[in-house]
Amino acid sequence: MTAIVVRRAAIAIAILLLLTLPLWASGSYYVNIASQILLFAVFALALNVLVGYGGLVSLGHAGLFAIAGYTAALMLENGFGHLVADLTALVVVLAAAAVFAVLALRATGIGFLMITLALGQIVWGVAYRWAGLTHGDNGVNVSSRPAPFGISLSGATSFYFATLVVFLTAVVAMALFVRSPFGASLRGTRDQARRMNALGYNVWLIRFVAFLFSGFWSGVAGLLFIYYTDFISPQTAQLQSSAEALLMVISGGSATLLGPIVGAGIVVIMKNVVSAYLERWNMALGIIFVFIITFMPEGLVPGSVRLSKLAWQSLCRRPPAPAPVEERAP
Amino acid sequence: MTAPAAAPATSSPSAIALGVRGLTKSFGGLRVTEKVTLNVAPGERRLIIGPNGAGKTTLFNLITGEITPDSGAVILNGQDITHVPSRRRPHLGLARTYQIITLFSRDTILRNVTLALLGLSKLRWDPFVSLDRQHHLIDAAHAALARVGLDHLAERPLAQTSYGERRRVEIAMALAQNPKVLLLDEPFAGLSIEERRDVRNLLLAIPRDVTIVMIEHDMDVALEFAERITLLHFGEVIVEGTRAEVVADPRTREVYLGH
Repeated sequence: MTAIVVRRAAIAIAILLLLTLPLWASGSYYVNIASQILLFAVFALALNVLVGYGGLVSLGHAGLFAIAGYTAALMLENGFGHLVADLTALVVVLAAAAVFAVLALRATGIGFLMITLALGQIVWGVAYRWAGLTHGDNGVNVSSRPAPFGISLSGATSFYFATLVVFLTAVVAMALFVRSPFGASLRGTRDQARRMNALGYNVWLIRFVAFLFSGFWSGVAGLLFIYYTDFISPQTAQLQSSAEALLMVISGGSATLLGPIVGAGIVVIMKNVVSAYLERWNMALGIIFVFIITFMPEGLVPGSVRLSKLAWQSLCRRPPAPAPVEERAP
Repeated sequence: MTAPAAAPATSSPSAIALGVRGLTKSFGGLRVTEKVTLNVAPGERRLIIGPNGAGKTTLFNLITGEITPDSGAVILNGQDITHVPSRRRPHLGLARTYQIITLFSRDTILRNVTLALLGLSKLRWDPFVSLDRQHHLIDAAHAALARVGLDHLAERPLAQTSYGERRRVEIAMALAQNPKVLLLDEPFAGLSIEERRDVRNLLLAIPRDVTIVMIEHDMDVALEFAERITLLHFGEVIVEGTRAEVVADPRTREVYLGH
């Protein structure tokens, strides 16, 4: 009971902090950083569906992220409205995820990783080389942000709240998914694919649907990204972007809800804030990851829970232990 | 030893729960299953014996479709299921246990059995509802655990259970699916004497509307359980008959007990 109360209180405090962030974060710079964390958290949560719950490590998700971004950016450039552009981008990213899934789900493990890596590189190659379509290295500018219900998102604070709404929707979708029978089915295919097949599950189709779910939210994150930066270039689709998303998931703790969010926070803060003070911020990021992998191989969130439980237990145990000895002594 | 309750040994196809027709499988040059034919009557308890490498587990894998045969057919309750994908076969009433325990070690015992039930339910595709609130599934899982005497451990993580308990979880998962034909792959392997007794009683309590085919090395328990016995050797059926016939057959002695 107390665990549930603590959990609910923590969630309430977290939501309260997120809602009031523009009030206590000093200046639009930090509000923008918060928007960036939230949008990459959506991306990391999407990737976590496959990596954490499906046991399928993808290194091509920046490709899906970029496909949604490029589709919307190019349509906006050609005069389409935001709604049409965004909905089309989501349809295109679902179709792309279906193609990715059909090709990559021929394998699991390293095979799956290599196929997704290759597919991601193809997207990068198209973005970089097919200049007639994508303007190559110059990228595509996004000249305006959408104004849902007449609310302009051009300011840092209004954009932050829009991102927060999408982020909270993604978290709720993930929480429902994790508890649902389908979520249990996906975790079953991760742990014992052969047994799941023998129990009557269609293992391939479960993984395929999970891939679509993951691809959809990667696309949503991609859309937030182009509106945040007002720009997309081949850099977004490169392998390093996929690797960073994977680092977010693994460092925070895969197969947890909070892990990818915390991981997104670490990576974005290192990239944006620490890099202003430290020229070799990449090295600092590397040291942090080495520390996490060494002391908390399961990730920062589950690792902290484990270590704090250990500390709590040793604190609780220590005082009573010597007491009986002292009593008997005299 | 009493005579079998359900009279087996009839060749009429309507009275066959599980039929195997000339099943053959080779791995490269190695023939692991050689024209195996079996007719198991409804409600029958069939024992499959044979030395290591005789192809017993391979035969199970061929029946469940985890391995595709080179030739031959598998018939379940009159339906030819040779080309039915293995994942569809549990839906037709075929369940199995594994010799090497194949369970979900990160989950509780209850969740393991719930997954077995969910596999046959349309609910398995539902991404919105909470699995823990599907009381009909959870109650059925508790009932299956009660049948194997593990309900008091339902919430225990599988990683904290003994080997004997895991063997029983294997059986509970198969029973939970309410199969017509149950394939048991060495259900007594690695169990202590007390655990053997428990599993034996549990198998004897399975009603006669379930047909059971069992692979087992422990002859004391297995012989008591089985009505008909099939002896496999190098992938071929060497001897088949009633318990007494197979035990008395000199070829059994030759293959099984050495020369």
